This record gives sequence, C-alpha cells and structure tokens, in this order.
Amino acid sequence: MEKFTTLNGTMISIPTENIDTDQIIPARFLKVIDKNGLGDNLFSDWRYNADGSPKPDFILNTEQGKKAKLLVAGDNFGCGSSREHAPWSIMAYGFRGVVSTGFADIFRNNSLKLGLLPIVVDKDTHYQLQTLIEEDPSTTVTIDLEKQTLTLPDGRTVNFPIDGFSKSCILNGVDQLGYLQSHADAIAAYEAEHGSRVNTLAD
Amino acid sequence: MSTNGSSKTLFEKIWNQHVVVAESGNPAVLYIDLHLIHEVTSPQAFTGLREKGLTVRRPSQVMATMDHGIPTTPPDIPITDQMVLRQISQLEKNCEEFGIPLQGMHSDHRGIVHVIGPELGLTQPGMTVVCGDSHTSTHGAFGALAFGIGTSEIEHVFATQCLLQVKPKTYAIKVDGTLGNGVSAKDIILNLISRIGIGGGTGYVFEYMGSAIRALSMEERMTVCNMSIEGGARAGLVAPDNITYDYIAGRKLAPQDEAWDKAVAQWRTLPSDEGATFDQEITIDADALGPMITYGTNPGMGMGITDTIPDPDSVKDVSERQTLDKALKYMDIQPGQQLLGQDIDVVFLGSCTNSRISDLRVAANLIKGRKVADSLRMMVVPGSQDVKNQAENEGLDVIFKEAGAEWREAGCSMCIAMNGDQLSPGQYAVSTSNRNFEGRQGKGGRTFLASPLTATATAITGKITDVRTML
Repeated sequence: MEKFTTLNGTMISIPTENIDTDQIIPARFLKVIDKNGLGDNLFSDWRYNADGSPKPDFILNTEQGKKAKLLVAGDNFGCGSSREHAPWSIMAYGFRGVVSTGFADIFRNNSLKLGLLPIVVDKDTHYQLQTLIEEDPSTTVTIDLEKQTLTLPDGRTVNFPIDGFSKSCILNGVDQLGYLQSHADAIAAYEAEHGSRVNTLAD
Repeated sequence: MSTNGSSKTLFEKIWNQHVVVAESGNPAVLYIDLHLIHEVTSPQAFTGLREKGLTVRRPSQVMATMDHGIPTTPPDIPITDQMVLRQISQLEKNCEEFGIPLQGMHSDHRGIVHVIGPELGLTQPGMTVVCGDSHTSTHGAFGALAFGIGTSEIEHVFATQCLLQVKPKTYAIKVDGTLGNGVSAKDIILNLISRIGIGGGTGYVFEYMGSAIRALSMEERMTVCNMSIEGGARAGLVAPDNITYDYIAGRKLAPQDEAWDKAVAQWRTLPSDEGATFDQEITIDADALGPMITYGTNPGMGMGITDTIPDPDSVKDVSERQTLDKALKYMDIQPGQQLLGQDIDVVFLGSCTNSRISDLRVAANLIKGRKVADSLRMMVVPGSQDVKNQAENEGLDVIFKEAGAEWREAGCSMCIAMNGDQLSPGQYAVSTSNRNFEGRQGKGGRTFLASPLTATATAITGKITDVRTML
C-alpha cells in the first residue's frame, strides 16, 4: 500500500468511455509471476505500432504524459476483468489517481488496496478538467485525501467520495490485510460454529 | 433499503450468514467458503504471503487449476511458451508448498475453473465463492454468492479466509415467458446488457427470477450468471430449486446420504422471501426475444440479429456518441446496416460462458450432416477434460470433425487469447465467449458475441446467420 495524503500535479486525458482492463493491460502481458515492467505495457495496443515502436502522438508517449500524476478518463473506467495488473500498470507508469465519472467495482476495489485513488467527479467537473488540459497541459490540480477535495486552478473545490476505511488505510499507508488479521479470533469462532461448507479435494 | 420487515432476499440471507464482523463505519468481514485459483492471477499473492511469513489458513477450501494460458493443442505437443510454462510450474510449486489441492496438467478434471467447480459438485447453494477472475459470477447459478477479486484480495483470503466487503445493493432481473425456437440463455443475458449498459449493474448484485429463468437448465443458468459482470454487477444469482439439486446430486464432492438431506433442507430456506424488496428491477419478456448479437467493442453494444447497426449521429450524449463511433470504426462496420450476411473468418465455440456439454450438444445437433464453410475456421474448445470426455463418449467430437471443425483440448483458449489461440489483425469472429473488447481475442481482431446456435449457424454459412432460418 502506497501512502497518499496530498498531491499537486498535472493531468492527462483519455476521454473514451468504458475503458476496459484489456485496453489498460492486454491479456498477453499477464503471463508474469511478479509485478515488474508493467508500466511499459500500460495501454499497449493504443500506445505502440505493430513493430513495437511507440506512437509519438499517443499521450502516454509524450513528455506531458510522463510528467502527469493524474489520469482523467471516461465513464465506467476499468470495466471487464479482475486483473490487478491494471492498477499495477497504471501506478508503475507513474499515476497516483484516476479521475472519472464512474469506476467499475473490481477495479475500484483493487485500486483502493494499492493506494491508487479512484476519484469520482460530476460530469461538469470532468468536462472542465478536460478543457483545462486541452487549453494548458501544464495546468495542475490539488488532491487532498484527508479533506476529500480536488481543487481547480480557479480555486474551486470539488468533493469526492471514498469510504472511511479505505481512506484511513491510504492516508496511513496501511495494508488492509492487517485489519482482517486483527479479527483472527472472530474468524476462528465463526469457523468453529459453522464448520466447513466445502467438501475438500485435499487428500 | 432492500428489506421489507423480516422478508429477505437470497443475497441478504447468504450475506448475513457469512458476516464474521460488522463494525460501524468499516466494511464487513465476510467469510469465504470456497476459493478457486488459477495460474495467472495468483502468483503475486503467494509472493505476498512469503514476504509476510504467512500461511494459507484453510488450504482445503481452496482449489487450483490451470486454464488461462494452457494450449488447446494435443497433449503430446510440448508447451513452447516459456512464460506460460513458468506460470504453470509456479502454480504447481505454490500448491505443493501451501498444501492446496490442484487439478493439474494431468488431472482428468482439469478445465476452466468456472466449469470444473460446478462439475465436481464443489459449488453449492448458499456458499460464498471467490476467484481472481471476474467470471466467478458463473457460480451464482447455484444460489451461491460468487464474485471475482483482485490479487491483493486473493492474498487476503489465503491468509484469513475472509474478505472486506461493502454490502452491495440488489437488482431483480425478471424474465417471464417462454423462449422461442433458436433463442437461448445467451440471448437473455446479451439482451439485458444491451438494455442496462455495461455499467448498469455497478454496485449491485443481480438476482435472476421469473418463469423463463426457472425453465433454464443449470448450464443455461450458468451462462446467464457468467455475464453478470458484463452488466457491471460483480455477482448474479438464481435461487436454488429442484433443477439445482438434481444437478448437484451424486457429483464427486456433493454431500452424500444424511448430509445430502440436511444440505437440501438448508438450501430450501435460501430463496428470496415473499415480499422481499430490491433496490432496482427490470423486466424482460422472453416471448419477445430473438437471437442477439453484439456489433461493437463492449458487450452492451448488442442488438437483435435482424436489427440494424445504430447510427452515432442519432446519439445525443457527446461521449456516448464518440464511444460508439470509435467502436464502429474499429469493427469497420456501417451504421444503418444489418450484420446478417457479414463475412466471418473464425467461429469460436468455447469459454466459461458456453463450453459445457449442453452447449456442445446443441451445436453438434445443428452441424450434424452439414459442413463448416470453406472460408471459415471453427474451433470447438470444451470447458474441461470431463466435458471433453463426455462429448467424446457421445460421439460429438466425430460430428464436429466430420463437419470440418477443430476439436481441441480444454481451456480458456481464444476467449482471452493468452495461449496462442487468437485472431489475426482485422479478422472477424463470431464467438460464444463473453467479451468483445478491442483486441480481446487477439490484437486487431474483431469479435461479435452470440449464442452457440448463432455461432454454429454462422460457421455453416460463413456469414452471420439467423439460426431460425436453419431450424
């Protein structure tokens, strides 16, 4: 879990709606047994030519992309498969948050466990952010997780939702597993009461 | 609000029975009965355990198999993809080290994880089931709460047999009436997703109900529940009934004798109570349904097979319009036209959506005495070794081979295109799988999703075909 408190940084926009995890990280890059090198394959099929050379116009291949800390993306971002390789690759590239009008459930869950912020904003704010990026790619915004705010250059502040538990874990850089482990006694009691509902295949 | 007094939904009953701890302001600690794992999303979770010095709390409640990356070529041909080999051997090593039962490369029961769980009788009503795969929703067909999880969560379940969960809302999908000839379970779910969109179920658990759902076999119910995630819902359930119990009875890991009677009595308490309310609902008229097909690059872009491709110019919302326009450009198809008659290069019959014995039977029945079009390649990939053996016992393999289709080994194959089974750039496929995302079945490949019947009819003519004209 990467700690996140505040961030001031630039953004890039990929406004396509329903960006699925097969676009974020195509399945052929899932044949790994670690998390190394995934950032290079982020959006691979949109980012590279057939010969493997980078498409110079694609935003992730530009200086603007490499500097950006926030990805502004279209609605229902991260739909499709449960692959955690998606948020791993987004973080490995250098993003600390994704701003959208909505996220798919599994992607949002996975991101919150890693410290990648899924920032939900209303349609107007989303449109405004895209316009700002278009007008001046060096525009920065500020994210304050404690206050749950995104502050625009004109000083306007927009609130975003996050559940209190995930927020506290990310603010402190604490792995959620610790909370589960702290309930070991309750889990043992539950198991003692219910037994196993599963007929095992184990020897 | 999804309760009416003491009336509870199927989902709420399972949820309540599995909450270990519910502290105010925190997500619930939910007990997981069955944890299925495969070679692709588990390695980093085992690494996490090792780094933290942890063990697998309940190895006997985990079942492992390899399905995503394995080739579907004959078993005597060695695997040449070194990365796939490494994932397979890593899974074998991890299962050995942590004491997890594995349906390995040489197991008679190896197959797609969502095919073998039910087939072995492991998946049962009232259970919580998770797997690092979004199509875990398949197991909901048994009245189990089953959903896909990420690798961090796999590690959580390994270590504690629990997950942290925020309680989802409930969504009733009512399908009443009778499906017409040539119309199947796949058409129900493609119709639902085309109506609510691929984000329409985000935050919800579906419960499928109504006379048309009751009339479905278990395998058909699995097809419907499988694609719940394509509507944005992590889980989709069908209340268990006699069809469920008849399917489970006598399977390898089903309860036996007294334990069976006790289990069925408990399962009979699971269906949603009279008067239980849902946060959202939608009604589908089964009588009005025809075969469905997708035209775009997500499963929500679907239509009746005789309909015309929608025109982006008629879409008001700017970003929706751009999304549709981008999809049609990728697919290289024209608005206002029908898909009927579209030339197809590959037909894929397989995947955790449609690779079970009943899927193979309906396809074989249609293709028997006919031929796969010369212009087209048809791949038939059974969901498991057990399905493959059963099909061979029934002679289905011979029917497919005589028609000119490829009869292959079990696995995920061209649904996710990790194992070498894939489209070439620009090729068109009609696929019985679940996702038509850009490049899903191979970089640059273009996928139309449809039922096994529609796929097989298309394989015969070489063009997208309304199966009703062939029955």
